[in-house]
Amino acid sequence: MTNQAAIAEGYNFAYLDERTKKMIRRALLKAVAIPGHQVPFGSREMPLAYGWGTGGIQVTAAVIGRDDVLKVIDQGSDDTTNAVNIRQFFARTTGVRTTTRTREATLIQTRHRIPEAALVPGQVLVYQVPQPEPLYRLEPRRAETTKLHAAEEYGLMNVKLYEDLAQWGRVETSYDYPVKVDGRYVMSPSPIPAFDNPKMHRMPALQLFGAGREKRLYAIPPYTDVRSLDFEDHPFHIEPHGEACARCGDTTTFLDEIAGADGSVRWTCSDTDWCADRIDQGHRGKERGHAHG
Amino acid sequence: MYIAVKGGEHAIEASRQLLAAARRGDADVPALEVAQVEQQLGLLVGRVMAEASLYDPRLAALAIRQACGDAIEAAFLLRAYRTTLPRFAYSEPLDTDRMRVDRRVSAIFKDLPGGQLLGPTFDYTQRLLEFGALASGTTASDAAALDTPRQDVPNALTQLAREGLVEPCLPSLGDPEPPDITRDPPAYPLPRTGWLQMLARADEGWVLGMGYSTQRGYAHTHPFAGDLRCGKVAIELIPDELDFPIEIGEIELTECQMINQFVGSAEVAPVFTRGQGLVFGRGERKAIAMSLVDRALRAAEFGEDSSSPAQQQEFALPQGNSVEASGFVQHLKLPHYVTFESELQLIRKLREDVHARATQSVDGDLA
Repeated sequence: MTNQAAIAEGYNFAYLDERTKKMIRRALLKAVAIPGHQVPFGSREMPLAYGWGTGGIQVTAAVIGRDDVLKVIDQGSDDTTNAVNIRQFFARTTGVRTTTRTREATLIQTRHRIPEAALVPGQVLVYQVPQPEPLYRLEPRRAETTKLHAAEEYGLMNVKLYEDLAQWGRVETSYDYPVKVDGRYVMSPSPIPAFDNPKMHRMPALQLFGAGREKRLYAIPPYTDVRSLDFEDHPFHIEPHGEACARCGDTTTFLDEIAGADGSVRWTCSDTDWCADRIDQGHRGKERGHAHG
Repeated sequence: MYIAVKGGEHAIEASRQLLAAARRGDADVPALEVAQVEQQLGLLVGRVMAEASLYDPRLAALAIRQACGDAIEAAFLLRAYRTTLPRFAYSEPLDTDRMRVDRRVSAIFKDLPGGQLLGPTFDYTQRLLEFGALASGTTASDAAALDTPRQDVPNALTQLAREGLVEPCLPSLGDPEPPDITRDPPAYPLPRTGWLQMLARADEGWVLGMGYSTQRGYAHTHPFAGDLRCGKVAIELIPDELDFPIEIGEIELTECQMINQFVGSAEVAPVFTRGQGLVFGRGERKAIAMSLVDRALRAAEFGEDSSSPAQQQEFALPQGNSVEASGFVQHLKLPHYVTFESELQLIRKLREDVHARATQSVDGDLA
């Protein structure tokens, strides 16, 4: 979509200076070496607002190279305003090729979703993380949670899950559902729907997480065990929507629910690239069966 | 056919153009010049420099105009620019006793060495709107400077410190070299040098509220404004090539040294303790509030109860970062429909469960 000529004048490749990128890469190496452990890093003040992906942007800036092909999604879509803005930012400051196709991308920055298409070895998935501390609702003092992680003391979290089951019969967490990485650290998967959690388990791609405002990075190396927290007698499971995408007919993906003025509801794939791919392959939902599709 | 509401590149571009138009306002009114902002909105310029941690009045003025006068947005612009600047040296510690003061007041002595100097202050303006300015564009208060700044005004606390009645102005026990809070991630508890940096760049309103809370019973500090001063201070550094400091310029600062009662403990005899506030520009309100919060945060050092918000670092400090807070509070504007959809499904299922249980128990009652 862009080319080398587009690189913004007066700024280093990918905005950050090389020493800052090196500092971030060193923190990332540590993060990869200790899967799921939050590594503090010297998060910089970026020209995009905190809470809008400054952590993900710094991680992407630190690892992106001239041969990378970048995809940016928000809510599963390449066309949401913040995804457009971040993609433009990197197009301007790096000149690298951008894409909306999951399979073409070498580097994918995401907010709130994991692509439906299985990622492959060599791809890197960068998550934007608002709150890296999975225990923060139970213990807001970071000086304390650091100790809890160090001692692998996750009793608070287990009690919380138990109380949910006792009170409601199910865990009252539908997104940002905590996981245990490599059998050691409890980790926030970022606010992806619990529906996406199983995709993290033994994923062939490298998963990197950046929390700019909270100044923490963490990572999951390829093929690492990632288990959603549960109990033996109440195993984690995802419940299907029970709906099909109106455009491509898929019943296995995460769907957006769009309310119509007449009270009707339309369901479509949240992952717009997946949906377009399926339509290209000839799949049709109930809307696409007609001539106007 | 329904169309999902998704913004595209065109919508973003249109929004940028609309913002530019809104910023300019009525084209019949002359455009505001950056120099006018710098010269005539000096308190705002100071506030933005303080919250951005970058002393550059001209760029702060530029940021204020670009941000349509929004102080936090202007600080954000300046901070993002600051990130790209190299660090070429560290200055020597500033000596505010050598400040060229154009204002210095002390609330603890009627008169003192260096004297009381009101300088430019809102304190005694009587706050009447100058309606004449609407028509003529000038105000009754337009006047030449009446006084020249004074140099070498000793700090009001110096003599008391000499007598041992006020604690000496030294780093707190065990404090390491100051961290750079804009480069090093915070590890709580922060040393005093760390929290002073965080307070210096914190949102003025937040620091004001935190300081005020200590006066209303949330922590007890018994404060007296010992020395409050505003003026220019020389910046000195020792370059690699020389072994003595050279002056490279000066910056405008406001400093408040607050004196607080301390009744002593098993180890320490009763003595007055200090809280310090130091900010860029003429940020007097913030410097005073900051000195209150600084003293409140020293509770642990003096073995005081620390159950009030202003005494708890992890509450009083990170939440005061205006640019972080503004970004995260406002990120709620971003689409959250994936997470909301997840919640929607959960609530539906929970309601089904409750409904099923209710039906079951009704059936049970009937049977």
